[in-house]
Amino acid sequence: MGRIIVAAIIVTLTLLLLLTRMLYLQVLNHEHFTTLSLDNRVKLEPRPPTRGLIYDSHGTILAQNLPAYSLDITPEKTPDIEATIQALSEIMPINEDDRKRFKRLRQQRRRFDSIPIRVRLSDEEVARFAVNQHRFPGVVVQAKLLRDYPLQEQTAHVLGYVGRINKQELQKIDASNYSGTTHIGKNGVERTYENQLHGSVGLQQVEVNAKGRVLRVLENQPPQPGENLHLFLDMDLQATAMEALKDYNGAVAAIDTRTGGVLALVSKPGYDPNLFVEGISSKAYKTLRDSLDKPLFNRAIRGQYPPGSTVKPFIGLAGLEKGVVSFNQQTYCPGFYQLPGHEHKYRDWKKTGHGQMAMEDAIIQSCDVYYYELARTLGIDRLHDFLTTFGFGSRSGIDLTGERSGLLPSREWKRKARREPWYPGETLITGIGQGYFLTTPLQLASATATLANRGQRIRPRMVESIDLPDGTREATRMESTQLSQVDPEHWEQVIQAMQQVVEGLRGTARRIRSDHYSIAGKTGTAQVFTVKQDEEYDEATVEKRKRDHALFIAFAPVEEPKIAVAVIVENGGHGGSVAAPIARKVMDRYLLREARP
Amino acid sequence: MTGISFTQESQLARPTGLLAWLHLDLPLLTGLMLLSGVGLVILYSAGDQEWALIQRQLVRLGIAFGVMIILAQLHITHLRRWSPWLYIAGVLMLVAVIFFGQTGKGAQRWLDLGFFRFQPSEMMKLALPMMIAWYLAEKRLPPKRRRLLAAAIMTLIPVLLIAKQPDLGTALLVASAGVFILFLAGIGRQLISIFAVSMAALGPVIWFFMHEYQKRRVLTFLNPENDPLGAGYHIIQSKIAIGSGGLTGKGWLNGTQSHLEFLPERHTDFVFAVISEEFGLIGVAALLALYFFIILRGLYIATQAQDTFSRLLGGALTLVFFVYLFVNIGMVSGVLPVVGVPLPLISYGGTSLVTILAGFGILMSIHTHRKLLPT
Repeated sequence: MGRIIVAAIIVTLTLLLLLTRMLYLQVLNHEHFTTLSLDNRVKLEPRPPTRGLIYDSHGTILAQNLPAYSLDITPEKTPDIEATIQALSEIMPINEDDRKRFKRLRQQRRRFDSIPIRVRLSDEEVARFAVNQHRFPGVVVQAKLLRDYPLQEQTAHVLGYVGRINKQELQKIDASNYSGTTHIGKNGVERTYENQLHGSVGLQQVEVNAKGRVLRVLENQPPQPGENLHLFLDMDLQATAMEALKDYNGAVAAIDTRTGGVLALVSKPGYDPNLFVEGISSKAYKTLRDSLDKPLFNRAIRGQYPPGSTVKPFIGLAGLEKGVVSFNQQTYCPGFYQLPGHEHKYRDWKKTGHGQMAMEDAIIQSCDVYYYELARTLGIDRLHDFLTTFGFGSRSGIDLTGERSGLLPSREWKRKARREPWYPGETLITGIGQGYFLTTPLQLASATATLANRGQRIRPRMVESIDLPDGTREATRMESTQLSQVDPEHWEQVIQAMQQVVEGLRGTARRIRSDHYSIAGKTGTAQVFTVKQDEEYDEATVEKRKRDHALFIAFAPVEEPKIAVAVIVENGGHGGSVAAPIARKVMDRYLLREARP
Repeated sequence: MTGISFTQESQLARPTGLLAWLHLDLPLLTGLMLLSGVGLVILYSAGDQEWALIQRQLVRLGIAFGVMIILAQLHITHLRRWSPWLYIAGVLMLVAVIFFGQTGKGAQRWLDLGFFRFQPSEMMKLALPMMIAWYLAEKRLPPKRRRLLAAAIMTLIPVLLIAKQPDLGTALLVASAGVFILFLAGIGRQLISIFAVSMAALGPVIWFFMHEYQKRRVLTFLNPENDPLGAGYHIIQSKIAIGSGGLTGKGWLNGTQSHLEFLPERHTDFVFAVISEEFGLIGVAALLALYFFIILRGLYIATQAQDTFSRLLGGALTLVFFVYLFVNIGMVSGVLPVVGVPLPLISYGGTSLVTILAGFGILMSIHTHRKLLPT
């Protein structure tokens, strides 16, 4: 009897103990376990936004998203990954690059992310896998949208391309917004406008069971698609410029002088950006990278060339403005120039000399001796300061990444960069756009546009407008500054001289004269290979890669400018004969298009 | 006039009518039926609303209650007489299991008797306490040391044989039955302390003889988060189910842990987690109250027994029922290691159901076959 009561007491106490345990779990730690329970069953699935499209000024699609199939492996669900890949390779070709990409991506992703082992599957490959799917747990065919550039190399340097997000980029981006995104703009417009093009991620809250199967959608917040971009780029002009360059390497930049919009931006040779979207094969990449023609190099904004004689109108204007020379003041050209007290002969391109020259003739015939003298009287300081206002030596600020600044030399620059004083001779060759002086094709086009606008300097830009989510279209802002201090008469004098370059009987670009509109231009030749003193330069015998670069800048119509163009033809020889006709074709296409039937 | 309170009836005012004629104890019967009913409601949810499962459980309950009623008819003196023979038969069958037994779930527990399969260890849950109670009731209590030693050996033989199968849960229940008889027989406090100390000392020895999976269970119990996807998964998911149930629960059929398959063994050993998740602390407290009522009624019957054998056996059977409850809830709520002990009368499965209700049949027999004593 007594022992049974003891037992009853023990039973009561033990049950109370269990009840206490339940109290601890169900009341004191209720929130903690509720969270764990929700974590178990509710999963957030990101829904990546569709990337914005890119159009040219006529509405031609330059970048779009096309459905494509990829074969994805989820490591967590796949028992033996090596064996699986081996077995898959018996169904469809899987090459070394596919394996490498898989390996690389696997290190960056989490175990439950799916990783592509093959991309761009053909319909036949999709069907063949579907039949064998039961053999491959954790492997699925996934349909997704892949970025596509229908015009391929015509737009490569402008748009750039998207590629898979790499480790460095992963640290910079907002990880939550990119949680469902695999690709990111790597360069060009795709990179500059990444934020607009990408859009915002959507979220789907789903209930899953213990095996991870989605049972129902609890909440759905759709993604906000990326915004579409409308470029100033005119594919008509872009194609014309590319075609006009023929087999030459080079660059063409055409700017709408009224807006700063880039109408054409060509760098030749180009490449097919579609190759990079799902990862280029290492062999193809090596070929592109190691090619002597440097197809991956965007010459239009990164190529730095001596401007040669194309800089003469700007220096002439500097002379007029600083009052060191008047428009009609004559200088004698004997075919060479010597600094007082120096033996060294600075040559003119015309060995016999031009004779008596005023500024107009010096621009028309591109007399070097006139500019040696003008540069000497101006001095490097005034030269540098004046040219700076046209944007030489600094980035134009175009909405593209990777733009180079060129180089406008100065005393200070030389002391810092070379630890040497400035020599007077260096002022002379700067005056004809040689020596340290470097410009990019875009910079030249922009400076030409500033000249055409009589001092209104507009920041060049690629994107004209953006489609906003509310359906409206927002134009990008035009930024401009006015070079106010220049005398209006001086503009007209220099422009008049440039018009004579094309239209005058002795003009270096007289062959591109048009009956339909007036053109102001300036030819240039940039030495790639320095000719020694007293040495003959024979074009025919110099091998192709050492031949001079041909340059040409122009704008039209002179009275009411609409377009400014800069052309650089690498190893093209003379600006007047090679570069100028390319500029003419581009301007014709732009100015005469509407007039044609 | 007959309530279901366990102290209400006096020895002079015995119930009459059908229940008395069937030798059934109304409070106990009510409690057991209620519990079985609750069990079916919960199984319907835990078994993903599968009617076939409920039907099979109903058949088993029918058989088990039938066995209970049959045993209640037998006079306790018959049971006492059969005790040693049942025990000897049980031990022999346990030995036979080792040689001819059938394997299921990694353990050798079953004996195929041609027409049906039989689990001798299950029978031992009744035969052992009967044997020890018979043996100790032969002489005056409290027992002498020599007899205690004999009783201890009688307990150890089947316990070791069952542990060898291996079936740790059943071995534990059988051993506790023997220990409870000894306790109720009134062994001295000194011996109880010695027993407790030697159990603690035996710990490492038992560890040494344990199977690998059993060792892992103990380690997992000590630190489930070490292996959240492997062995610790059961305990972690079960604790989440219980904790997320809160005070009032998620509602019947609404337990996410159970219905989305995160909770393993949810209609068998871990059914208590389903109850906790769907009915909350309030439901759990009500369920424990029901169990408490049944246990107290069982202990009351033991106090009213008219002979030593009945008193010892009745008390021990009730306490074994309690051990079922304690070990199961302890394991599901993470305070005891995982050993395969079902939640009595609720977990899906037939074998233990029959044994448990057979035990209650004996209790009813003890209570309803008492002689009317003149006051």
